[in-house]
Amino acid sequence: MERSLKELKPGEKSVITKVLGDKSAVRRRLMDMGVTRGAEVLVRKVAPLGDPIEVNIRGYELTLRKAEAENIIVA
Amino acid sequence: MSFKFALVGNPNCGKTTLFNEITGSTQYVGNWPGVTIEKKEGKAKKIEGDIKIIDLPGIYSLSPYSMEEIIARDYILNEKPDVVINIVDATNIERNLYLTTQLLELGVNVVVALNMMDAADSKGDKINTEILEAHLKVPVIPITASKGQGVKELLVRAQNVAQTATSAGVAPSLNEMHDESIVSRIHEIEKTIIPQLNRKIENTRWTALKLLEGDEKVQETLKIPDALLAEIKGYQKKLEKKYDMDIETIIANSRYQFTTFLTRKAVNKKEQSSDLTVSDKIDKVVTNRILAIPIFLAMMFGIFSITFGTIGSFTIDFVDVLVNETIAGFLSTLLEEAGAAVWLQDLVAGGIIGGVGSFLVFVPQIMILFFFLSILEDTGYMARAAFVMDRLLRKLGLSGKSFIPMLIGFGCSVPAIMSTRTLENEKDRRLTIMLVPFMSCGARLPVYALYTAAFFTANQTMVVFSLYVLGIVIAVLSGFLLKRTLLQGEVAPFVMELPPYRIPTFKGTMIHMWDKGKGFIKKAGTIIFAAAVLIWFLQYYNFSFQAVVDPGDSMLGTLGKTIAPVFAPLGFGDWKSAVALITGFVAKEAVVSTMGILHGVAEATEGSIDLITALQAFFTPLTAYAFMAFTLLYMPCMAAFATIKREMNSWKWTLITVGFSTGVAWIVAFLIFRVGLLLGFS
Repeated sequence: MERSLKELKPGEKSVITKVLGDKSAVRRRLMDMGVTRGAEVLVRKVAPLGDPIEVNIRGYELTLRKAEAENIIVA
Repeated sequence: MSFKFALVGNPNCGKTTLFNEITGSTQYVGNWPGVTIEKKEGKAKKIEGDIKIIDLPGIYSLSPYSMEEIIARDYILNEKPDVVINIVDATNIERNLYLTTQLLELGVNVVVALNMMDAADSKGDKINTEILEAHLKVPVIPITASKGQGVKELLVRAQNVAQTATSAGVAPSLNEMHDESIVSRIHEIEKTIIPQLNRKIENTRWTALKLLEGDEKVQETLKIPDALLAEIKGYQKKLEKKYDMDIETIIANSRYQFTTFLTRKAVNKKEQSSDLTVSDKIDKVVTNRILAIPIFLAMMFGIFSITFGTIGSFTIDFVDVLVNETIAGFLSTLLEEAGAAVWLQDLVAGGIIGGVGSFLVFVPQIMILFFFLSILEDTGYMARAAFVMDRLLRKLGLSGKSFIPMLIGFGCSVPAIMSTRTLENEKDRRLTIMLVPFMSCGARLPVYALYTAAFFTANQTMVVFSLYVLGIVIAVLSGFLLKRTLLQGEVAPFVMELPPYRIPTFKGTMIHMWDKGKGFIKKAGTIIFAAAVLIWFLQYYNFSFQAVVDPGDSMLGTLGKTIAPVFAPLGFGDWKSAVALITGFVAKEAVVSTMGILHGVAEATEGSIDLITALQAFFTPLTAYAFMAFTLLYMPCMAAFATIKREMNSWKWTLITVGFSTGVAWIVAFLIFRVGLLLGFS
């Protein structure tokens, strides 16, 4: 079943299969930061107020919002 | 031979440290043509020859989506540095190499400086630089910039490259980085499209790649006709069909596949132990669900307590005695014995010492504040604060990224406004710029320090803290209002790296603090000095250039009396306050120096200038608070004004910003005064 990065719980690990959405600066930024097909992600934690989330990707820590995470499809 | 080396690297890769290490004290700061982003240049020490080092903005990519990326790219393309020194964080090679691939695509001379080798070593990572060199086809030099290790060798290698290489010879083949199907499309565009452009293109391979990638900036610059765009589209479609992805993703993926492959091959990562790293442990506390926000507030309060508490007031007393007694006394004795004219003695004592001196007193306090802000930035805590606060800022339609400019705004609005460049969206940038001046900057501090010393001795820290909070609250309300009226739009996105915590070096923090703070000292000698002399002159003479007895009859007095009624409803309708606020546009701290001159002269009956006693006659605690609130919120100073104009690139928006903040200041001061009266304060 297809699920998004948003649905992963802290501590869960998966591999990115697709980044949805039209051409936009945010999408480009995500790609430049290494959020591309085949990259492993580990959800670290959720911010104190419930959003954004922190993930480990390509050996570093990245923060993004749940709204953006929803467009990132993982295996 | 003289050479130009440009430093390029990701944010947090230690670029500034390396720059300082290479250039020492020879650096100087200018601006990039047309924009206000700081351009740092310096001469390389430690090596023979004339080598100029240019520090480019910290970037993750050369995509044309943020101003910093465009600046870096344009610099490399147009200014053609002899060597691009690409700093790669050895603890984070995979992502850092992504920028490297783009530099190599450009076909320029690249030398990779593999920085933070000490940190990689202590993590237990083994990095094989020979494998890296073999695939990147450029020199890779391991260094630890913070300890100065490998820096000399880096410079020597870069110099060799500059002396021997022709730009065509060093470029690695695209085949190394991209799939054959992508490379053939690039070659096709290079052969079929580029010749049709009928103009000289220096870097055809890179241009072809960018056209394939759909880079709008390149399309714009080359003014590609629609027919050719359609042709390019055909090449893109072929690839999109093959990979089942859009073209941008295909190219980005391809670059990352290469960096992943190379990292796996060249880096032997130590099996990650399940133990938490130090960074994780700190994070567990400072971004903890319950503790995060209290910790942030406590930290801010702690910083203000130190800045305004015992240590801060000790420095004030120290400089006060030094400037206003030792130096002032020495100068007036000197002038008296030399038989200088009365007006000259007056200018020095009342104008220069009274003006510049009353500001200088607060410089150490400003430095203490900058010291702490530098630590917050250098440790990596700022990014966590953005992470924690993002949710709140989103309510204003902004993102956690806007939080960083706002925190920097506590130091000085000018760098804060410039730091909004990391925001991707123009509207978010505009809104953030409009809100930054409400953050109480270091220059407002002397005003608070003076007025709280005069009226709120018992709870000075609390009163000053309340003004900082007032600025934040007003920024929040304004953001809320503006996002729903003038600057409607989508919610800003938030994608940001959380760098590992670093223990800042004392030297690094001091350099950083000095970088931020030296502007204030320079201002004391230039703008404040000029303003002080001018103010003194205007209040000494009337319009027929005769010395006046009562400064109220002077040119300045006449001017002040004309404007003063505007401030009367706010509780401070005397002409001296009006004049002080006008000079506050020059620099906010000039409010203090002007008050020093105006009250100093009027009260200097026995030769002693006691500004505090003078103010106590003109203000009550309530009007003093309203005055401080007005000073906090009204139009930003000249330097900030000029920065806003340049950053927004629009007179309309600059004037809106100024008008808005002044309007808000008037209303808030009015409410403080009137509501305060109703509540029985005086």
